[in-house]
Amino acid sequence: MSETAYSAVLIALMSVVTILLRSAPFLVFKNKAPAYVVYLGQMLPAAIIGMLVIYCLKDVSLLSPPFGAPELIAGLLVVGLHAWKRNILLSILAGTAAYMILTHLVF
Amino acid sequence: MINCLKQQRGDGSMKTVRTAFMKSLPVMAGYIILGIGFGLLAHRAGYGFLWVLAMSLFIYAGSMQYVGIGLLAGGASVLTVILTTVMVNARHLFYSISMLRHYGHAGRYKPYLIFSLTDETYSLLCDGKTPEGADPDRFRFLVSLFNQSYWVLGSVIGSLISGILPFSTAGIEFSMTALFIASLTEHWLTEKNHIPAVTGLLGTLLCLVVFGSGRFLIPAMLLITALLTLFRNRITVGKKVDP
Repeated sequence: MSETAYSAVLIALMSVVTILLRSAPFLVFKNKAPAYVVYLGQMLPAAIIGMLVIYCLKDVSLLSPPFGAPELIAGLLVVGLHAWKRNILLSILAGTAAYMILTHLVF
Repeated sequence: MINCLKQQRGDGSMKTVRTAFMKSLPVMAGYIILGIGFGLLAHRAGYGFLWVLAMSLFIYAGSMQYVGIGLLAGGASVLTVILTTVMVNARHLFYSISMLRHYGHAGRYKPYLIFSLTDETYSLLCDGKTPEGADPDRFRFLVSLFNQSYWVLGSVIGSLISGILPFSTAGIEFSMTALFIASLTEHWLTEKNHIPAVTGLLGTLLCLVVFGSGRFLIPAMLLITALLTLFRNRITVGKKVDP
C-alpha cells in the first residue's frame, strides 16, 4: 500500500472509531451504561493524559546533550503557569514559546 | 400571507443563529489557536492542507488529531491506531451518555450533534438549557457547527501560514506536550484522587523502558486498563450514593 493510501486508511479509522464512541450510547446503552464502563470512563481520562505526556516525551534523550533540559524547563513552566492562572491556552502558548526559544537560541 | 409566515420564520431563524453564535464565542479563540497549532504541527510532519482539512472535518477531536499526526508520521500499525483512538476518546462515551436525553430525539440534527460532541461543545451544551423560543435541536446544531467551523478554520490557517512564517516552526511539536501537561495539571488540581494520573504516568513509563519507544503504546494501554480494573474495589470515585 502506498504511503498516501496508508495515511488515508489510518485517518478513516480514527474517524470511524471516534464516531462509534460518540454514538455508542445512543445505539447500545440507551439510558444506562454498565457500572464497569462508567467506572473506566471516570478513571481513564486522567490516566490517558498521563500516558500522552510520556508519549510526547518518548524521544527525549536523557543521556546526550542537552539531556532533556528544554523539555524539563518548558514543562515545569507549563505546570507552574497552569497552577497559577488555570488558563489552558495561556499555558500552551507560553510553554511552546519557551520551548522554541530554548531550542533555537539556548541549547 | 404565506410570504408573511415565511418572513416571520426567517426572522426567528436568524435570531437562533445569532444566539447560537454568541453561545459559541467562548470556544472561538481556543479552537482557532489550537487549530493553528495542529495545522503547523501537521505541516511539519509532512501532512499538508488537504490532510489537515480531512482530519478536522472527519475526525474532529483535538487531542486525537495531535496524537494522530504523531502516529501517522511514525508509521503506527492499524491496531495501535484503533486502540489509541479508543483510549484517547473514551471520555466521549460519557459526554454522549449524559446527552442521551437531549440528543435522543433531535431528528435530522441528531447525527451531526452526536458526531460533533467534543469536550468544548459538551461544556457549552451539557446544562441542557436553550434560549426561549428557539428550536432546541436547531440551536444545539448551530452551536456545534460554529464550534467545528472554528476548529477547521484554525487548522487550515495553521497549515497555510506554515510555509510563509518568518521564523522556523521547529519545536512547535511541544504544543502537544504542553497541552497534555496543562491538562494533567488541571486534573491534578481538580480531582482528589490521583491514582489514575499516577497509574497513567508510571504505567506508561514502565512500558516505555521495557518495550522501547517504538512499541510501548499498546502495552501501556493494556497495563493502565488492567491496573485501574484491579483498583476498582479499592477506590471510590464520584459522589456518594445513597444506599
